[in-house]
Amino acid sequence: MNLLDYLLAHPREVFTLSMEHISLVGISVGIAILVGLPLGVAISRRPAIARAVLGAVNSIHVVPSLALFGFLFAVPWIGDRAPRMAILALSLYALLPILRNVCAGILGVDPAVVEAGRGLGLTDAQLLRRVELPLALGVIVAGIRVAVVLAIGIGTIAAAIGAGGLGELIFRGLAMVNDSLIFAGALPAAVLALFADLSLGWIEGRLRERV
Amino acid sequence: MASAASVAPAIAIRDASYHPPGGPTLLQSLSLEIATGVTLVLLGRSGSGKTTTLKLMNRLLDPTAGELLVEGRPARDWDPIRLRRHMGYAIQDVGLFPHYTVERNIGLLPAVEGWPATRTRERVRELMALVGLDATLATRYPRELSGGQRQRVGVARALALDPPILLMDEPFGALDPLTRAELQGEFYRLQQRLGKTVVLVTHDLREALLLGAQIALLESGRLAGLYTPAEFLRTHDPLAVAYRSAFTAKNDGGTRPPAARAGELQ
Repeated sequence: MNLLDYLLAHPREVFTLSMEHISLVGISVGIAILVGLPLGVAISRRPAIARAVLGAVNSIHVVPSLALFGFLFAVPWIGDRAPRMAILALSLYALLPILRNVCAGILGVDPAVVEAGRGLGLTDAQLLRRVELPLALGVIVAGIRVAVVLAIGIGTIAAAIGAGGLGELIFRGLAMVNDSLIFAGALPAAVLALFADLSLGWIEGRLRERV
Repeated sequence: MASAASVAPAIAIRDASYHPPGGPTLLQSLSLEIATGVTLVLLGRSGSGKTTTLKLMNRLLDPTAGELLVEGRPARDWDPIRLRRHMGYAIQDVGLFPHYTVERNIGLLPAVEGWPATRTRERVRELMALVGLDATLATRYPRELSGGQRQRVGVARALALDPPILLMDEPFGALDPLTRAELQGEFYRLQQRLGKTVVLVTHDLREALLLGAQIALLESGRLAGLYTPAEFLRTHDPLAVAYRSAFTAKNDGGTRPPAARAGELQ
């Protein structure tokens, strides 16, 4: 049996599941950015708190992903629907690289540049928006890149709780001991991850070369 | 105490000390007055407290004891943002915003002050001409400029809002000697024209003698003496004498490394 058999026979199903997968990852990383950006800026101002917050977020990664998906069944509202659980779990995983890189990116801005801006009379908000964030952007995008690739991979496990996505084909293939089915889920997931990695890497490179 | 603002010195430091919590005392009971329109040089070796003194003036630091008056008003009563925009600030070339073009570096403060774009552009052009920058450089990034050009951008940026006071921390520090002398000369002429109050930090005696109407000699966080350039050359104060001999030795020796300086000052 050829590995590509299932993929070629059911292109529409693979396409639909790929779209599901992309939306799971997109929403999750989106939430992680919305939370991680302001939180990362806030902790970059307070190094003592930064260590505690990064440690706490890091500890999420210690929980095996399959178990994390399972734990969320108990959470009210979230546990009602599988996609909600999947999105929350993926957001939590994506948060660490984003938070860490926002913080590191801002702390990595040349202190002389920040001090010049402050000495010239920029307010904290102006300094952040016009100097610190633009100069940290390359590092921040690097964090988003890691988060996206991570979420695409872990996202396949979301199918175990019925949240859909490409993992569905993989789990079905595992249950039926059907390599072609597993491959139909794994190949698109790998292509997605590769595409996200390359395109975000290109953006990151462009942003970094300005500095 | 001066009652009218017109006779108040641009900056008056009264008995100011600064020691960060848990750190060493960086400044000890410093008193200094800078008259309006005068260039004062803070001269001293690394760690003598000259940069700390400069940062007290625009409230990047607040004194832990004593007080500062800016144009007769306590610095603590000034809004720090307004105070800083009232004083230009130029430091070694590292302070330029690397992601902004020359034009945006110089025009940043006017832009955040809400100037219309056309007025900002005009001001930038005017400033670039003033500091001797070719207009074609406007769209370049700092990394595409020579050291001398970057310093000029730094000075132009500090002058953007036409502040009456200019604070400069080793503005010509990172330059080769020839470019440095060139810029010092140009800055001297610029200063004659603009008549601003300038406080300039340097460890270079030649720069101090060339640009300063007054030289405040700092040592270990204290004011060791206040001189005019002519007085500085005549005084028998051992520290001033040490400075003079260090620089004379350097100049006479031609190729002699300036490493001797530190030793002679001990």
